[in-house]
Amino acid sequence: MAYLDHAATTPMLDEALEAYVATAREVGNASSLHAAGRRARRRVEESRERVAAVLGARPSEVIFTGGGTESDNLAVKGIFWARRAARAERVRVVSSAVEHHAVLDAVDWLAGHEGAEVGWLPVDAAGRLDPERLRADLAAHGDRVALVTAMWANNEVGTVQPVAELAAVAAEHGVPFHTDAIQAVGQVPVDFAASGVAALTVTGHKLGGPIGVGALLLARDVAATPLLHGGGQERDVRSGTLDTAGIVAFAVAVEAAVKGQQEYAARVAALRDELVERVRQAVPEVIFNGDPADRLPGNAHFSFPGCEGDALLLLLDAQGIACSTGSACSAGVAQPSHVLLALGADDDRARSSLRFTLGHTSTRADVDALIAALPAAVERARRAAALRTPR
Amino acid sequence: MRVLAAMSGGVDSAVAAARAVEAGHDVTGVHLALARNPQTYRTGARGCCTLEDSRDARRAADVLGIPFYVWDMADRFHEDVVDDFVAEYAAGRTPNPCLRCNEKIKFAAVLDRAVALGFDAVVTGHHARLGADGLLRRSVDAAKDQSYVLAVLTRAQLDRSIFPLGDSTKAEVRAEAARRGLAVADKPDSHDICFIADGDTRGFLSQRLGEAPGEVVDALTGAVVGSHTGAYQYTVGQRRGLHLDRPAPDGRPRYVLSITPKTNTVTVGPAEALEVAEVRATRPVWTGGARPDGPIECEVQLRAHGDVVPATVSLHADGLHADLRRPVRGVAAGQAIVAYRPDPAGDVVLGSATITA
Repeated sequence: MAYLDHAATTPMLDEALEAYVATAREVGNASSLHAAGRRARRRVEESRERVAAVLGARPSEVIFTGGGTESDNLAVKGIFWARRAARAERVRVVSSAVEHHAVLDAVDWLAGHEGAEVGWLPVDAAGRLDPERLRADLAAHGDRVALVTAMWANNEVGTVQPVAELAAVAAEHGVPFHTDAIQAVGQVPVDFAASGVAALTVTGHKLGGPIGVGALLLARDVAATPLLHGGGQERDVRSGTLDTAGIVAFAVAVEAAVKGQQEYAARVAALRDELVERVRQAVPEVIFNGDPADRLPGNAHFSFPGCEGDALLLLLDAQGIACSTGSACSAGVAQPSHVLLALGADDDRARSSLRFTLGHTSTRADVDALIAALPAAVERARRAAALRTPR
Repeated sequence: MRVLAAMSGGVDSAVAAARAVEAGHDVTGVHLALARNPQTYRTGARGCCTLEDSRDARRAADVLGIPFYVWDMADRFHEDVVDDFVAEYAAGRTPNPCLRCNEKIKFAAVLDRAVALGFDAVVTGHHARLGADGLLRRSVDAAKDQSYVLAVLTRAQLDRSIFPLGDSTKAEVRAEAARRGLAVADKPDSHDICFIADGDTRGFLSQRLGEAPGEVVDALTGAVVGSHTGAYQYTVGQRRGLHLDRPAPDGRPRYVLSITPKTNTVTVGPAEALEVAEVRATRPVWTGGARPDGPIECEVQLRAHGDVVPATVSLHADGLHADLRRPVRGVAAGQAIVAYRPDPAGDVVLGSATITA
């Protein structure tokens, strides 16, 4: 199998898996007071320190969660509620048109249920945000803004945002800035303190850790109202018995991914560039989406004019090639990607898109397999799409 | 062969896919998303294409170890089946949406896409037999037989269709599903029209066509005997829900005899006035052998699950004519007439056409 969907999830690193299994064999609730509890607590705190050290945060700023979606929800809803509780007129959320659904839908929920007003920042054709647009929004509404949330790097088209610039603009207005860095950590340099963000989402399974564990880095002076109430385990912001084994494996993976980032990015970007070049040769009319320069090293995203992405996916899947249409399932039915639409693509182009993402286990053989299967798949997908009655 | 199994999430299509796998085909499962706004859960036998159905289909595909995808056919289904359904009622006819779905969606849009993508055939869980001789026959389970709603398929469509369930009864299919560990073994059968989840066809039509008050007229006397809020709400042969102001002089029940959209009139009369001995139909399809040059003796069925009647059938330039050996009540324009040749190995579908009069 040629696995070209590392942005969906990437295989666990051996060292993370070993750390997970070893820790999972040990009994102990990190909140217990006896020796077994203390041992579990030590593992958690060592992990917290490891994560903090490589991501430029203080240990007390690391809140372990059940993964990226929880971290995003905690940041968006929690900071919104806390800021509004402090001053009632802060009901505006500023976000981008290309966020992952974990942010997008959380913001939409606030608009639908909590009376939030939303400023959606547009992106250019490459998917990039313009800090001046944020400056203009904050200049107009600054006192009423509860938070700004914008992703570090886009999960579909791979565009990397000017996060430090955006965070600086938010800081000028004293507005906390959250960034979903799920796709960025381990792929591009990410430093919490240096970036100037108030909150940052990271998750394990995109960088060689386990699924179901992640963290929200939350600056010490930023308040967030909890989503989950209970034992108050994590800074009273997040409750739930700590997943010691998951946290240990997560920390091992984060450390390995961040420490190896430069070497990884150079290798994977070279392979990605080769993939892009060979796809262009095989299918000359493809459109390469996203920012050609400021993009994630493993991401290649194309529109195949005249094809439907889901037909291509089926045909490539049958040849053992795993990729993604990048479109979310809405009520069980694939919708055209909001990211592609935000880049200015029309419905047909959005539906004709496929994402190939490389990762730490990718080799040239994966690219070879894709190139061997792609031309015939495109040809067949075109024939299938030609049957479609015009809407 | 490389085949595409249409998987609704029900027990029939799951077992059909399982049998296709067992027959050695390279099977890919596809669930058709037909509803624009699918409900999360199904309520009993009603509704379809809920997210629960999609999950059930996916789970069955998992158990069979075959790839599985959801195809969005909602727009095509809406145009070719739902809009057609509404338009047919508006025109005073009584459509069969399952038949239309087979004709336009399952064995057209889906089949064409499958062929373009490199599949050789489509497998469904319909209860009908289609053997090596290429003839479409009734299922061994007379109560579940679906040959009537498949009779509209052309030779080319049948040549790319596989119906693995025709030799089994529904009870056997359920038992097999349980034996194979398919969780849908006990799922209730689907009834009614899948896109009218609450079963209220009249309400569905009124919502789309609006109220159009008109008169109910007695066929014998010409007298106005009642009023209605939309002629499209009636079907030929209907007795209940007429709300007539005046009883018939003879005190006997009256039935809908015809619907005239032009004047928005519903004509009612006694049961015997419903009797029809001659049927005309349009758009004939003939798959049970060579097209006959002259009249042939066969049996015809005039609605889903309706009785069969011996008849003389002939094909003409303007369609199909059938002279019925005995009169039949409640023949509605828009329904299909399907001609069968009785056969101990399963009655053979000769052909079908859409009833016009």
